[in-house]
Amino acid sequence: MIAALTEGISRRAALLLVALLAALILAPLFAGDYLLTVLILILYFAYIGQAWNIMMGFAGQLSLGHALYVGLGAYTAASLYVHFGIGPWLGLLVAVPVAALAGAFIGFLAFRFRVAGVYFAILTIAVAEFARVGFDHLSWTSGSSGLFLPVKQYAHNDLWLLRGHPAMFYYILLAATVLAVVFCRALLKSRVGYFWLAIREDEEAARSAGIDVFRYKMIAVVISAAMTSFAGVIYAFYYNNLFPEQVFHISRSIEIILGPIVGGIGTLFGPILGAALLTGLAETLTAALAALGIDLPGAKQVFYGICLLLVITTLPDGVWPWVAKRIGLGSRSK
Amino acid sequence: MNALLSVDGVSKRFRGLVAVDRVSFEVPEGGIFAVIGPNGAGKTTLFNMVSGVFPPDAGTIAFAGERIDGLPPDRICRRGVGRTFQIVRPFPALSVEDNVIVGALLHRRHVSDARSHAHEVLRRLDLHDKRSQRASSLTLPDRKRLEVARALATDPKLLLLDEVMAGLRPTETDRIVAILKGLNRETGLTILLIEHVMRAVMALASHILVLHHGAAIAEGLPEQVMRERAVIDSYLGVEAIA
Repeated sequence: MIAALTEGISRRAALLLVALLAALILAPLFAGDYLLTVLILILYFAYIGQAWNIMMGFAGQLSLGHALYVGLGAYTAASLYVHFGIGPWLGLLVAVPVAALAGAFIGFLAFRFRVAGVYFAILTIAVAEFARVGFDHLSWTSGSSGLFLPVKQYAHNDLWLLRGHPAMFYYILLAATVLAVVFCRALLKSRVGYFWLAIREDEEAARSAGIDVFRYKMIAVVISAAMTSFAGVIYAFYYNNLFPEQVFHISRSIEIILGPIVGGIGTLFGPILGAALLTGLAETLTAALAALGIDLPGAKQVFYGICLLLVITTLPDGVWPWVAKRIGLGSRSK
Repeated sequence: MNALLSVDGVSKRFRGLVAVDRVSFEVPEGGIFAVIGPNGAGKTTLFNMVSGVFPPDAGTIAFAGERIDGLPPDRICRRGVGRTFQIVRPFPALSVEDNVIVGALLHRRHVSDARSHAHEVLRRLDLHDKRSQRASSLTLPDRKRLEVARALATDPKLLLLDEVMAGLRPTETDRIVAILKGLNRETGLTILLIEHVMRAVMALASHILVLHHGAAIAEGLPEQVMRERAVIDSYLGVEAIA
């Protein structure tokens, strides 16, 4: 089992992985509050990017509505906690199926009726928007006035109820991201993974090679939605407040996909590197603009946009394949 | 000999145009059956009905004694019909090996089993040395053979080849002909091919069907069909018999 997991990883890659993991595990000991918040954000986006990548990078299905699954996960777990005192880990048992069901619904509509490409992307946006408007009027979750989780000072971290110091959330997200990478790698090397890549490359040829395209696309959406909803649960208990206007907004869906796009769609490390680069860039820009005394509204967004444009035009396959080559990992050890 | 594939009175209309008009034929098990005819004769349309891309408007298609007309392509493939495309469609970003593994996984659970089967198939098609190259980097003759390899890896009983020799040089054609002949002889694979390259047709086919304007105008043994007046007039040209 362990041998199967590590098969095909070069010594060099293994060493770099261990070093990176060690640095990430030790980071909270040295990082201040601010840096820790940034690291949490990076891991959050790295994890969701990984989940989104299963759909887009592996199976070739563009989702522009992943905020839906984050929101469903967040709202389900938070509501269960607020109304019935059910903790987040038990809440997951409801939140994950809810999101998976939503994914299955979108997938069924689209793949059954051959809605593909941009039309599929529009469908994913539409359902997320539908949820945003719907939750605005859902009184059980306090509608547009927002759902708040009770906050008080905690003497110690309560891992069971997810109440406590940001470092706890950091380690949970770190574990989730590591598991997500291991899981995605296993998927890629499995039968399902091969079928996904075939569908991504050429759907008609895949069908002619005997692949039940509908079934494997459904599997991709459901896994991706289920994984994403976990991040939603963490989001709810980390921020302690949820507003439909924020959680389900399309800009949230876009934020999710930028990491994997910049890092490298379809690669295992792309989403992680992309999340680190983008979050790092945003924070650096904020600090730089403040230091320079520039206080123009939108200045940060303009610089952010320019940087994105530069990266995407110079490295259209993403930053990770380029970095992997530089540090001698080649393209095969993704 | 039993018929592995029976096509009975199959027709297909596109708007007003009759692309295939009540065509019937039987491909015997273990045979190599060629469909020839001028461009627009309805050969690829016939192929697409057999492989399930679209259903026939009339008539039936049976494979190994069971109706397959109207089934989707993946179900037909799972029953044992592999196909190639006239315009090759390998999975471009995947390696040669991975392309074939995808096919091999159809009837195999484990990637390791599929990989060893893929290697066997690649060796047969002279692609083993190129297995780690990206499919998109291959030359046309290699891509054509890769297309055959992927279809073959799905363990078909019947292989449908849509102009695999088109655009190849004579030496390349001979190479594929030799490979296909070997497969037919050694594994008993039944082959149904559409082909324009008469050199390959004559070398391979045990049986020929000639289509013209969607209708079958001749059928029989190669030397027999080649002498028929209608075939010479519509397709081969008079110089072919000179």
